[in-house]
Amino acid sequence: MAKVLMKGNEAIGEAAIRAGCLNYFAYPITPQSEVAEYLVKRMPEVNGVFLQGESEVAVGYMIFGAAACGERVMTTSSSPGVSLMSEAISYIAGARCPAVFVNIVRGGPGLGGILPSQGDYFQATKGGGHGDYHLLVMAPDGVQEAVEMTMMAFPLAEKYRGPVMILGDGLIGQMMEPVEFPDNLYVPPTNKDDWATNGMDRRGSTKKNIVKSLYLDPKVLNQNNLTLKAQYDQMKREEIRFEAYNTDGDYQALIVSYGTMSRVCKTAIDNMKAQGLEIGMIRPKTLFPFPEKAIHDAAAKESCKKVVSIEMSMGQMIEDVERSLKGKREVTWFGQCGGDIYTPEEVAEHVMSLIAS
Amino acid sequence: MGKIFSRPEALSDNHTHYCPGCTHGIAHRLIAEVIDELGIRGRTVGVAPVGCAVMAYNYFSCDFQEAAHGRAPAMATGIKRVRPDLMVFTYQGDGDLASIGMGEIIHAANRGEKFTTIFINNAIYGMTGGQMAPTTMPGQRATTAPTGRNVEETGMPIRMCELLSTLATPGYIARQALLRPKYVNKAKKAILQAFEYQMANKCFSFVELINTCPTNWGMTPLNALKWAEDNLIPYYPLGEFKKPE
Repeated sequence: MAKVLMKGNEAIGEAAIRAGCLNYFAYPITPQSEVAEYLVKRMPEVNGVFLQGESEVAVGYMIFGAAACGERVMTTSSSPGVSLMSEAISYIAGARCPAVFVNIVRGGPGLGGILPSQGDYFQATKGGGHGDYHLLVMAPDGVQEAVEMTMMAFPLAEKYRGPVMILGDGLIGQMMEPVEFPDNLYVPPTNKDDWATNGMDRRGSTKKNIVKSLYLDPKVLNQNNLTLKAQYDQMKREEIRFEAYNTDGDYQALIVSYGTMSRVCKTAIDNMKAQGLEIGMIRPKTLFPFPEKAIHDAAAKESCKKVVSIEMSMGQMIEDVERSLKGKREVTWFGQCGGDIYTPEEVAEHVMSLIAS
Repeated sequence: MGKIFSRPEALSDNHTHYCPGCTHGIAHRLIAEVIDELGIRGRTVGVAPVGCAVMAYNYFSCDFQEAAHGRAPAMATGIKRVRPDLMVFTYQGDGDLASIGMGEIIHAANRGEKFTTIFINNAIYGMTGGQMAPTTMPGQRATTAPTGRNVEETGMPIRMCELLSTLATPGYIARQALLRPKYVNKAKKAILQAFEYQMANKCFSFVELINTCPTNWGMTPLNALKWAEDNLIPYYPLGEFKKPE
């Protein structure tokens, strides 16, 4: 298929349809409202469902109800909206339903701002809602990857019977890039008759299905949590995705960066290379599960003197980088998250000063 | 002689955990009878609330989802929008629906979502142990209103049927009670009517049922029935408040 020029938010909407998701519920919030504005026109063309809910709280449960019927379903929002959805996300995780949440992150805390940020890293990777659960979190570095990750999110949500999050940011949502929608990323939905509340007639069964997260018996609740844990452990074995950039040869420092920030870092690395300075980068594409081993091994290279976590947040991902290094290397933080994004020159200047220190 | 009375198919044979004298069991049975009579058990999905009826999924023999507190109408919206062929009902108490879930019920009703809500009003929080509800009567005692509901501080009880009837969107809104056989028969008719409107894809349908809570009211079941008739019915009048054209 030929490439088309699309805005990130619209491309995410189209990617959902190409992935076979014909159900979309959302509440408007900057900087991602274009997804809804795109899908309100597009869904009727494919006999799909579009609904603007009355709040992100309600939308979270519309997603739950639809997902519990076994249908592919997605919502998109931005940081304050995702906070409101976090209650439902916890229930969806506890009830083990597949669903896709897209967070086009803006600055926080509170109302924060409407410009790009990576300030929701903790919320996305460490919980957000209450209880013992994780989301499988993928972080695209541009519009093309946002499309691919959105398409991958639905089969992954079904494989693990849980919510998957695409963690973008305001830049990825707003910028236009040429994209293509790879047909091979479409995976037909799994059969969900063994658990979904899709109606006994539909599945030709006389046995009712119940979707719930309430387990008053402590042993049964513990077992449900162990089931979830086993799924997260499986994710750690099978779903870690990352990109190693300029790590084949020797390098004097290792950058760990993801999403929009990693695009800037790549340019900085290219510019430094042109000046004879080699810098490597590990770019996590999945933030949960986190590419711990890749970072550990890349930092262990003898030529590598410094490790730096470069984030559009005030030192969030660095905690996972520290964990990855297991105390064998120090890692420093470089970042800002008011909405401005460092230029390649600012990144290069920081990395060079780090090496010189 | 043939069998003349039996458990509806749509009810499971589980024992309920409801207190003696509680009228939840009657409400469950009426819904189950309606599901049987309409022959829709195989395509019905119920949504359980948070509250005493949180485990309603154990007592019905159709598919069920369990919602968070107050969110059942949003879940029912999700179900009905993606599977309009399913028959969907929510079963919610007064704390669930009229307090924490007020936003969800108003907007679902106003969108004219084609599902049915059964609203159990017993003027108190049951499962959490007798706290004040939005429908608690003035002067009625609750664990969070030990000297009785003070309307100067907490306002007057909310009448959900009257409130929902103000919406311009067509809907079926009715209130009945489960306090005497004559009321129970009318309640059954209202539930049947509500499900029929849903089946015809006509409108949102809402049936409030005045229930008792002997345990948290601190009364015998019989006194609870009498208290409800004397105190709740005058404030929460029975009847149909709104019908679609």
